[in-house]
Order: sequence, then structure tokens, then C-alpha cells
Amino acid sequence: MTSVAEKTKQEPSSASAGAASARRAAGWVRRAPLLPALVFMIIVTQLPFVATLVISFMDWNAYYPDERGFAGVDNFRRVFTDVNMRDAVWTTILLTVGVVLISILLGLAIALLLDRKFRGRGAVRTMMIAPFLVVPVAAALLWKHALYNPEYGLFNGALTWFWGLFGSDHPPQPDWISNMPLWSVIFALVWQWTPFMMLILLAGLQGRPLDVIEAARIDGASGWQIFRSMTLPHLRQYLELGALLGSIYIVQNFDAVFTITSGGLGTANLPYTIYQIFYQAHDYGRASAAAVIVVIGTIIIATFALRTVSSLFREDSGR
Amino acid sequence: MSITDTAPVSATRDDRGQPVKKRRDRAGAWLSLLAWVIGILFVLPVVWMVLTSFHSEAAAATNPPSVLAPLTLEGYREFFTGGASPWPPLLNSLTASVVSTLLVLLLSFPAAYALSIKPVRKWTDTLFFFLSTKMLPVVAGLLPLYLFAQYTGLLDNIWLLIVFYTSMNLPIAVWMMRSFLSEVPVEMLEAASMDGAGLTKTLRSVIAPVVMPGIAATALICFIFSWNELLFARVLTATVAETAPVFLTSFVTSQGLFLAQLCAAAFVVSLPVLVAGFAAQDKLVQGLSLGSVK
Repeated sequence: MTSVAEKTKQEPSSASAGAASARRAAGWVRRAPLLPALVFMIIVTQLPFVATLVISFMDWNAYYPDERGFAGVDNFRRVFTDVNMRDAVWTTILLTVGVVLISILLGLAIALLLDRKFRGRGAVRTMMIAPFLVVPVAAALLWKHALYNPEYGLFNGALTWFWGLFGSDHPPQPDWISNMPLWSVIFALVWQWTPFMMLILLAGLQGRPLDVIEAARIDGASGWQIFRSMTLPHLRQYLELGALLGSIYIVQNFDAVFTITSGGLGTANLPYTIYQIFYQAHDYGRASAAAVIVVIGTIIIATFALRTVSSLFREDSGR
Repeated sequence: MSITDTAPVSATRDDRGQPVKKRRDRAGAWLSLLAWVIGILFVLPVVWMVLTSFHSEAAAATNPPSVLAPLTLEGYREFFTGGASPWPPLLNSLTASVVSTLLVLLLSFPAAYALSIKPVRKWTDTLFFFLSTKMLPVVAGLLPLYLFAQYTGLLDNIWLLIVFYTSMNLPIAVWMMRSFLSEVPVEMLEAASMDGAGLTKTLRSVIAPVVMPGIAATALICFIFSWNELLFARVLTATVAETAPVFLTSFVTSQGLFLAQLCAAAFVVSLPVLVAGFAAQDKLVQGLSLGSVK
């Protein structure tokens, strides 16, 4: 594809006016199919951010409609000094890093297991995908009520059953969500996202050059050596892709936090906190200021992330 | 999914002979068993959800669990006829997902064409602009969209969700489509234009056969993401346009014996995604990786 792009760039510029306008027209013909999508995206995704920016400098609470006005940097000061916001930033980081890291490691292990030939491999793969195909709210509800519930949840039920096998009437019956709220959310999300990582890494594993690996094995390289110096470097870009896409979605997670803990017990992440300021406190100015800060933070992080993608991308288009 | 890395026979036939092969076989059996155990652990909550949905409320709430309790459709009957009907939300979800997916395909195909087959100048910049919109937290655009809807009377209108879902999925679709379109061999395009084939003919006879599976993968992913979305649907809809995930949030607080009904609801709402996802497992990988993993 690069070659085509270069060709257009290298067109001679010393042409007559007629040729120049023809070239301009040709340029617009090329651009035309792109424009609807581009214009649509700019209107629907960029304009709201401009509005958010404007509102973030306003004093605007839906409960006090008469007091609307210019607030200067007041909202930002309130967001920065708000303990809840700082906690939310921290929670978001813990949640994202926790889920992405655990699901990538688990996903890698399972992908390695599934990258062998054994009876029922397809069945195991299908079973592994199932969690990812449960609607997130439904999955969160399932974990909250059917698994974590201290009275009739499956986890405590299994404990009772297991203890019963050894004749004990007093199995431990922990209240999972109250005892470890953030981990409850993390586990439920890891269950949903491990299949995602596994699928991407499995595809990566199966794209390995098998002849080279076989040669290494014949030369006496151990399984671990092959994994360290051949499989892992090959998988690097797949690991990065999984981590990047996983982060994009988990940073923004709302469903699990909303459903499992309703943001209580120190699990309110940024999306949930902003939702609360806006939807429950109706403090539009402060919600917008928080949103603006989150966007700035995201841009900083996304710049690094985009660099990763574009390096992947260069490899891809350099085929 | 056809290539597999199995231990080649030649490697096991080393100077120590048979024992190594035997040991490796035994280790292999253990690893296969481990894979099965992990697979079952991961699918267990889903199986439990389905099983519980067919139990009576009393049997669903026992400790230890009554796995072998008699099966009944009580939970489903309660879900469909007990309180507010789930059909309008399910239909709303279907409308929003299908229409937004069609819109996404309609917008993304030409865009991807202009980014791969006949690329515009600075096409990589454009491509990354699309991706960057995906990284901005959606929650930051929530308030203006809500206020806009309030002013224009579009609150609780399914079309607002459709427009939003289209913008949510468009960047993913453009990336995927571009990757699929760039698989069309340049020689084939050149040959077609040399033969004097017009745009329609080229699209139909050269491009379509190559990218059809890709379009299916794109549609699948867009459908799943729209069907699953909760935050915007919850804020922008109320009784008329509420979607299935919003309907599910009525189960967030416990209400006595309701586990069987909850599982029935969760299963019904997840069913379209489960069916679509299982039917197109291989497309799923392609789609999730924005088309970069083939």
C-alpha cells in the first residue's frame, strides 16, 4: 500500500493550471468516499468534547438552574481537591492494570495449552470463549447474585458441599463482595477478558514459523529455551495488541462496577464517579471538569499507546 | 485453526530412546487434562446460569446447591409475564444494534476504500484519527449528548442511541475494513482496470469475493458491542427506548427469591450474542484484533 501512497506524492508538480485543477478534482474524487465517515465522526465525537470543555468552566447545577454562570477554574479546583476523584483515579489504575495483567498471563497460559493437539481441543476452545459472549451486565449480575452471594451463591455453596464431604458442618461462608470488593470486580472482569486475550495470543502462536522451531528443537533446545527466545519475541506484538485493546475497554468499564458494587466500598472508578456527579448530583460543571481532566490524562497515555499501534502497523503494512 | 504445534516425532527419538517419548506422552496427557479442567472452570458460570434458569426459585437458592433439582420453566414464565414485559427492550436492542451496524457498514466501507484501494494523501493520519476517538473516554461526551437530547426532545428516542452506537463502532469498523481491503491483491485491481472494468464491476467481481468474510466479521463485532452497551443507554433512554441491558439493571438489587428469574433474564439477553459468537468463532478473533490477526 505504501507504494501507491508514494506514487501519488511524487506526481510532478510543474504542470499547467488545467492539469493542476484536474489533479485537485481527482484528489476530491479520492477523498469523497472518506468524507461521510469523517464528518460523521467529527460531529458526533469531537463536538461534544468542545461542549464539555465549555461547560467545565461554568457554574451549572440542574438543581439550581438560576445560578448558572461563568465559574472560571472553580470546577477544576474542586475536582483536584476532591478526595473521591483521587480515589477514583487510583481505583481505575488498579482495576485496569489488575484485569489486563491477570487476563493476559492466564490467556497466555491457556493459549499455550490449547496450542497442542489433544482430544477435544475444539470443545475446550469453544468453552473458553463462552464467558466473553455473555452480555457484560448479565455477567456482572451472574457473578454478584449467583456466584458471590454469601447465602446461596455457588462459591459458598461449593464450600458447604466440599466441607460436607469431610463431615464438617461449619464451612467458611465469606461475604466475598464485602470482604474484597475491588477483587470481586477484578475477578468477574478477568473471567470475561481472559478468553479475549487467549484468542488473540492463540492466533499469534499459530502464526509462528514452525520450521524454525522444529530446527531449534532438533538442535537440542529445551522447551523453555524455545519459549523464551523464539515464542515470546514472536508473541510480543500480540501481547501488546491484547494489552492495548484490553486497556481501552477496561479503563472505561462501567457495567461491572455499577452492577456488582454500585461504586461502593472503594470500587468507584472514573467513569462511574463522573456518571454519579452528573446523573445523581446533577453538577454539570464539575462533571465536565472531571471529564476534561480524564480526557487530558487519556490523551497523554494514548499517545504512548498509539505509538505502539503504529509500530505494529508499520510491520503490518511493510509485509 | 488448522496449524498445530505438536512435538515432532523426530525430537523424541533422541539418544535415550523410548523413555523420553513415554515421559513426554504422560506430561502431554496431564497438560490435556489441565486444559480440560480450565475450560470447564471458565464455562462453569455460564452452565450454572443456564441450569439455574431452569430451576424453581426455591431450588435455586439452596446451600449447598441443588444441582439435580427438577427442571421447570417457572423462571422464564416469571421473566416474560411477571412484571414489565421484556419484549420492548429486547426489540429496542435489536433495532439499535442492527440499524447501527448497517449504518456503520455503509459509512466504513467507502472510507476504508479511500484508505486502502485508492488511498488519499496522509491516509495513515486519518486512520489514526479514527482510532484516537476510540481512546477518548466516552463518559466525557455523555453530558453534552444528554443536554443536546434534552433540548431537542430526543431523550428516550432510539435514534439517538443508533447514532451514538454508529460513532462508537465506526472507528473499529474502518480499521477492520481497511485491513481486509488491503488484502485485495494490487495485481488483480490493475488487471481489472486494464480490462476496462468500471468501479461497480471491480467492486463486484474483484473486491467483494475477497472482503465478504471481513464484512461479516465487522458486522458481528459491531452488533455485539451495540447489543452490550449499557452506560449511554441507561442515561439517554427511559421507558420507551430502554434497551435489554438497561432492563437487566432492575436486577441489581436483590429482591427475595429471584435467582432463577435473574438467570433466565441474563440468558435470554445474552442468547443473541452467544449464538452469533459461537457461529462465527474464527471471525471473532479477526474482529477483536481490528483485523490485524488473521
